[in-house]
Amino acid sequence: MCGFSFRTAERAKNSNGNVHMSKVIRLADVVETIPDGATLMIGGFLAVGAPLRLIGELVRQGRKDLTIIVNDTNRAGLGVGRLIAARAVRKVVASHVGTNADTQRQLLAGEIEVELVPQGTLAERIRAGGVGLGGILTPTGVGTLVEDGKPVIEVGGRRFLLETPLRADFALIAAKHADHKGNLDYALTARNFNPLMAMAADTVIAEAQDIVPVGCIPPDQIVTPGVLVDHLVAKEQSHG
Amino acid sequence: MDEKTLIAARVAREMTDGMLVNLGIGLPTLVARHLPKGIDVSFQSENGLIGMESLPEAGLADDDLIDAGGTPIGAVAGASAFDSAMSFGLIRGGHMDVTVLGGLEVDAAGRLANWMVPGKMVPGMGGAMDLVTGARRVIVAMTHTAKGAPKIVAQCSLPLTSERRVDLIVTELAVIVPTEAGLELRETAPGVSIADVIAATGATLIIPAVVPTMVI
Repeated sequence: MCGFSFRTAERAKNSNGNVHMSKVIRLADVVETIPDGATLMIGGFLAVGAPLRLIGELVRQGRKDLTIIVNDTNRAGLGVGRLIAARAVRKVVASHVGTNADTQRQLLAGEIEVELVPQGTLAERIRAGGVGLGGILTPTGVGTLVEDGKPVIEVGGRRFLLETPLRADFALIAAKHADHKGNLDYALTARNFNPLMAMAADTVIAEAQDIVPVGCIPPDQIVTPGVLVDHLVAKEQSHG
Repeated sequence: MDEKTLIAARVAREMTDGMLVNLGIGLPTLVARHLPKGIDVSFQSENGLIGMESLPEAGLADDDLIDAGGTPIGAVAGASAFDSAMSFGLIRGGHMDVTVLGGLEVDAAGRLANWMVPGKMVPGMGGAMDLVTGARRVIVAMTHTAKGAPKIVAQCSLPLTSERRVDLIVTELAVIVPTEAGLELRETAPGVSIADVIAATGATLIIPAVVPTMVI
């Protein structure tokens, strides 16, 4: 451990002498704050690094008419695919939906709206939304269907598409460790879109593999500063 | 040797020591198994890793470590993990030496289409548009025909992945280099004649005086 107990970490006083409250909240309670029709960014790449418990609770509570901004819709009925199977989604913004037969079927039947965005452009549009930029210029998509309706801007003799920022009402992200202040680190390829989405939504809800006392994650190892995270989902009870 | 192995083995000969390489899903993944001896390259996985390797042993899959196709992988000593903006910064920013991608069509101008068939199959482009736009060298590894129909055509009928001219096309019949003047036949596969290649191709080929046989 890192020199002080779990409980003292939760109740540690800050420099003003105020007790800081942990950001940990019950899963059902935090999902109840997400209304029907909300726009959600959901981290993960084929469900690795996806907040699976938050997704499951959205399905359990019967949320509907959601717009989701995701890399992909995973496989039918798994991960984010559970939201597609439950018909909880009105619109998907993603780079790839080919691995999920439900999404394909609903798309070709006109039952779901899908905006396809090149993966690098998706990452940069989310980043732009989170860091206060009015858009990005990318060469990706010039001369393809992706160009349709977008301004083409020439810089230094090369053509770029103007791509607009993306933001969401909520970002649902997954981390490896969280401390009670919401500082996050990530594991291997489970990082993907999570740190970008953590900057680009009005409310950020994180689900971590482990919640550790404040100070346990060294400052140099923290990828997402805790100030960006509003809520941490309480750990699932696995016994008792 | 089956046709996919032949294509992968020929593509592998394009790799040189120290390259940063991105392999697309499917056939291109096979290239990693055929690297020439003594060649050390770094494989990038677009979901955020440099230093991927195939899973050393079944049963040792890590829940947090997959390739871009969802297959559990390993990471070599010295591997690095990063977010999607960094991953595509590497791809778009000219840091990726070579990418190997599958194709649905390539046309006489060397333009690739590989991300959708309107009304039938709309998987999306994933990272393909960024890779074709940004990698220093783009190699298309694909079968020469699909259900008997040429995949190398005068003009793509499917939506383009990029307007960029790809650098090399490797099929089970031939190696073709798209040039400003058109598609140039550079090698034929063992046992395949120039006439066979022409018959299976839907675009005009430039035929040099000497067309060597593919060395695997």
